[in-house]
Amino acid sequence: MQGSVFYNLVFAAIVCVVCAIVVSSSAVALRERQVANQTLDMQRNVLVAAGLAAPDEALEPDEIEARFAPIQQVVIDRQTGAATDISPAGFDPRAAAADPDTSRAAPPNNAGLQRVADQALVYELRDDAGALDLVVLPVHGLGLWGILYGFVALDADLETIRGLTYYEHKETPGLGGEVDNPRWKSLWNGRRAFGPDGVPAIEVIKGLAGPPEDDPYRVDGLAGATMTSRGVTNMLRFWLAEQGFGPYLEALRTRRDG
Amino acid sequence: MAKTRDALIDPLFNNNPIALQVLGICSALAVTTRMDTALVMSAAVVVVTMCSNFFVSALRNQIPTNIRIIVQLTIIASLVIVVDQVLKAYLFELSKQLTVFVGLIITNCIIMGRAEAYAMQNPPGMSLIDGLGNGLGYGAILMITAFVRELLGSGTVFGTTVLPLASEAGWYTPNGLMVLSPAAFFIIGLLIWALRSWKRDQVESE
Repeated sequence: MQGSVFYNLVFAAIVCVVCAIVVSSSAVALRERQVANQTLDMQRNVLVAAGLAAPDEALEPDEIEARFAPIQQVVIDRQTGAATDISPAGFDPRAAAADPDTSRAAPPNNAGLQRVADQALVYELRDDAGALDLVVLPVHGLGLWGILYGFVALDADLETIRGLTYYEHKETPGLGGEVDNPRWKSLWNGRRAFGPDGVPAIEVIKGLAGPPEDDPYRVDGLAGATMTSRGVTNMLRFWLAEQGFGPYLEALRTRRDG
Repeated sequence: MAKTRDALIDPLFNNNPIALQVLGICSALAVTTRMDTALVMSAAVVVVTMCSNFFVSALRNQIPTNIRIIVQLTIIASLVIVVDQVLKAYLFELSKQLTVFVGLIITNCIIMGRAEAYAMQNPPGMSLIDGLGNGLGYGAILMITAFVRELLGSGTVFGTTVLPLASEAGWYTPNGLMVLSPAAFFIIGLLIWALRSWKRDQVESE
């Protein structure tokens, strides 16, 4: 019996079925926790970018949820800047950027982007009267080894940067990976995103920049990570400009100024 | 009893999977920049080697010889996916840093090697111990390498500052090489040298 083709087939089939059951039941059983983890991680990163949580702060899940509660998630149409009725809960920005129906070829850019989604999920924090307090925009672009994904937060004036954080990147630990360094992240608070002509002017330079009051458009470079520093500059300039969130920021300005 | 002890202790020094057999080097380079990731990776490998050895051994008299490798691989792959799922559910932060390397445990030669070389010939209990020993042997090298790399590369041990960095008002200028993969080659090379100077019989004959 053993050694026959039939035995081999039956044995292989049994092993496959048993393994498949084990794998799929573990995936199903743990799925809820995994999704909760991912959501919490995203919320935490939005809070860090917005300056509502310190980058190295240890936060309990309830605490993250409590701080995130006042923040509104809105899926916007990037071309018009208007809010859409797409549910933020089911919106997957990366799937949207990959789907030909919901994305388009990126305009020529040096942020390493091939396709960009027509919609984007943004986070608005408004006070009780409905006036904007800050807005958190998702940004991504090419660094040295791969795409960096992060958030940039703009103040109510839609000019001043409140914070920048990356939640996913493949940069070299200790060099480009220092985009995660809390000290470097803290340098962003108070910088100005746009020059006097309204074009994004923020730049990561080589070497050291002054304090935000004296040197509003420049941020310290990451030592030994020229390509990553340049990638950060390029992606911010892409996403903050007309082809990125320009129309949306314009819509926010119009709404604010009545 | 002595045999059980040998199965557990041998892979730590006398027959270390990384140092003597030079297996599993790839992941040892990738996950050893920090000790916490190295620890989780070691634990994951220990669990997978133990379980894969146990199940392969339990089925050793039933597994048809001509499809044994693919059967072993199916068992190993299933275990690795389960471990990966558990890490994503319970240790999300660390699993994010380990990224693909947990999944790549499937291709770690140590696990396949033990299933084929040991579990196929020995009873489940002993195979389990052998898996534990080999997992720990792998983990020991990983932890030593990660200790040196994290200490010299970032001035910390398990994330706690030991050498205050010059960039944060301390005195230590971190060694940039240590956070890059080649550093792991140097450290593992030095470990192998040290081990073979201590245990002469590990030196290959000319």
